[in-house]
Amino acid sequence: MTGAVPLHTHARVSGVDRPEILKVLSPEEAVGSHLPPQDVLLFAEGIDGPSLTRPGDAPARVEDLRDRRVIRPGDVVRLRPGGSLVSVLYRRGSTSNTLFATERCNSLCLMCSQPPRDEDDRWRVDEMLRVISLVDREELQLGITGGEPTLLGEDLARVLDAISVYLPDTQVQILTNGRTFADAALAERLATIHRDRTVWAVPLYGDVARLHDEVVDVEGAFRETLDGLYQLGRLRARVEIRVVLHQLTIPRLAQLSAFIYRRLPFVNHVALMGLEPMGFAKTNRDRLWIDPADYQAELAAAVFHLAARGLPVSIYNLPLCVLDRRLWPFARQSISGWKNIYPPDCKDCVVRDHCAGFFASAGPTWRSRAVRPFQFEEFAA
Amino acid sequence: MLDAIDGVRLAERPYELAPSRRDDLEARGLLTPLGSADWSELERAAHRTRKSFLLDGPALHIFVVTLRCDHSCQYCQVSRAALTAQGFDMSLTDAEAALDRVFESPSPTLTIEFQGGEPALRFDLVRHIVESAVRRNAEAGRTLRFSMVSTLHHLGSDELAFCREHGIHLSTSIDGPAQLHDAQRPNPTRDAHARTLEGLARAREVLGGDGVVALPTVTRAALADPIGLVEHYRALGFRSIFLRPVSPYGFARKTKRVHGYDMDAFVGFYVRALDHILNLNAQGEPFEEIYAGILLRHILTPFHSGYVDLRSPAGAGLGVLVYNYDGQVYPSDEARMVAETGDRRLALGDVQTSLDELLDSPAMAWLRQGAVAEELPGCDRCAFVPFCGADPVYHGAIHGDPVGDRATSEFCAKHMGLFRHLFRSIADGDPTTLRTFTAWALGKSRTDIAEPGYVER
Repeated sequence: MTGAVPLHTHARVSGVDRPEILKVLSPEEAVGSHLPPQDVLLFAEGIDGPSLTRPGDAPARVEDLRDRRVIRPGDVVRLRPGGSLVSVLYRRGSTSNTLFATERCNSLCLMCSQPPRDEDDRWRVDEMLRVISLVDREELQLGITGGEPTLLGEDLARVLDAISVYLPDTQVQILTNGRTFADAALAERLATIHRDRTVWAVPLYGDVARLHDEVVDVEGAFRETLDGLYQLGRLRARVEIRVVLHQLTIPRLAQLSAFIYRRLPFVNHVALMGLEPMGFAKTNRDRLWIDPADYQAELAAAVFHLAARGLPVSIYNLPLCVLDRRLWPFARQSISGWKNIYPPDCKDCVVRDHCAGFFASAGPTWRSRAVRPFQFEEFAA
Repeated sequence: MLDAIDGVRLAERPYELAPSRRDDLEARGLLTPLGSADWSELERAAHRTRKSFLLDGPALHIFVVTLRCDHSCQYCQVSRAALTAQGFDMSLTDAEAALDRVFESPSPTLTIEFQGGEPALRFDLVRHIVESAVRRNAEAGRTLRFSMVSTLHHLGSDELAFCREHGIHLSTSIDGPAQLHDAQRPNPTRDAHARTLEGLARAREVLGGDGVVALPTVTRAALADPIGLVEHYRALGFRSIFLRPVSPYGFARKTKRVHGYDMDAFVGFYVRALDHILNLNAQGEPFEEIYAGILLRHILTPFHSGYVDLRSPAGAGLGVLVYNYDGQVYPSDEARMVAETGDRRLALGDVQTSLDELLDSPAMAWLRQGAVAEELPGCDRCAFVPFCGADPVYHGAIHGDPVGDRATSEFCAKHMGLFRHLFRSIADGDPTTLRTFTAWALGKSRTDIAEPGYVER
């Protein structure tokens, strides 16, 4: 297995008496930084791996990192008093930095990779605000996920306000089921902040209520999501539609693509996504699993429908070897770095560098029969 | 498309439809599941998208700079005037007043189209109007386009250079091979076809290969040979054709016994021509039938084509205005032709009148009764009405009432015939045809549509 630098490691942490979120900087960069010393951990590379030191009156220190790769200058890390866990909340140079808004959710999708928990985690709002103030100002993109971020309501507005102040040029992608936006006032409050640089990524699993509601396990969700999408369209917000590909969504995938074109022609992007074998997806494997090799016709019909009609469309999370060769131009390397792997037999594959690879969580029961390395000779004709 | 059995099931026993078919119909808003919330918001949004042209105001402004013409086409929709006749040209004052009206329209795009008569006989006036419009637009900042309908006979290199400079699109009439064209479109020297081809060559040299589009007037004499007509256009290097029946207006109405025919005969002709064109495309040669492209855009996309003659509410007045040589303003070219035969009910008023007043005229009030297809008897229950339009000018002129009578309406017969044929072709599902149809509907080259993907049926 290769790839996947984790976002957490253990280390010897000293000098903190409460949870601290700090910016890691090289000494050279720290000199010119606008950040006060108490927000900074100076990064030093030693024979025993990196160590981190907070300068000034409140010295703190992190050393003996178990995984030396995890923390680099530019990152934002969380330290906890009395604990050894160090978490990276923002990784410089990563294209998949994400703020985690809440564990609460109003849907219960059959394949949810991050099953919701109904507990009060409003402390995350302050954590997000703190991280935003420490992210590189020239950062190109930042995600917000959950749970359902819009359940935060006014608190999410505060987060977006902070982004528009600290990170005015950063593209933001927010994963939401869109249901709360059926409330026009909430939609207007949230979707008008940082509007031209925010994409609302909204899942839609069917072109009929029965199907979508079955997948998200909430009656009436289809109607609410569509109402929410209309509010976003009315406000000229940027919208991405996300469809997770599995046994329930495949039979009407082509019809769903036509529904999106007809009913939601204002959307900016459609992402058709391979299943992530995490959370509920594992529990519900029997209801969900279909070998991607067995749905290429449906996928092609949907992709070409949207592409011909000028709606940008991408395929996420599927390795090239399971895709119909005609669909390769639409495939993206979409799996976040920290959970993205390539199994050993990919070592010799000549298209590996263009391939999305696999989720680290995908065990052998999630492996398509079509998975195989490509050889140069296949393309030499 | 539903077959007859599913059609009955839908009407009477929807629960007997196959589940996937039921889902198809539900997704398209044709079937509402029991107990579900209504679809009105979705339908309203789709409706707003399709009717968005309404918010723009008149975008097409036709200037009849002269009624004089050196052709004496028997079907000519307009009472043309002789080449040397006096008093049939637009005055400079009226031209400037017409431009006032053009820029009163809120439309973000404005197209000024020169017609006649033969507008090239007054190219000096064309020049004046174009230059004045460009000057006014420096402040107005609209997307400004020009086009001209001409036999091309009188366009020399100076005129063509001006057309190139200002992007004036040329449109000409070619009725078919020389024998047919010359018989239908006689000029004094009896060489109309040859001179149009000379003009075409001159124009292409200056404007490029696609700088001129052409369309035939399909008369009874042309009906016999649809393939020959398409082949003639191919041989002349055109990559599209716009097939339309001889119009029943104005003077064409009087000559109907000679040139006219049943609309069924036209639909039969059209289907044969379209089949031939689809075969060309299947063999890799892109060639478009423009009217099919307009209808298919309405069928296969959520958008309107923008075409002013197939809208509901009708484009007459709301989408197009015609400024006649004599300073009268009409809601469409057809209304002007009707007026030339003495029927003044369709005149909106004088060109010195403001646009608001013109659109608030008794003529517009009269037309309004028949302008919304969704409300017209017969249309209100027609399956094709979302893709079709209303033509109160035609029905007002021919039936004496803008509402019209569907059973005897040639407008209705034509569109019923064409929609039936296109829907049948879509239902047949031949992948090559669907690829061509998709390209036309989306206004793309067939080579850009490698695969149409899923096509709703």
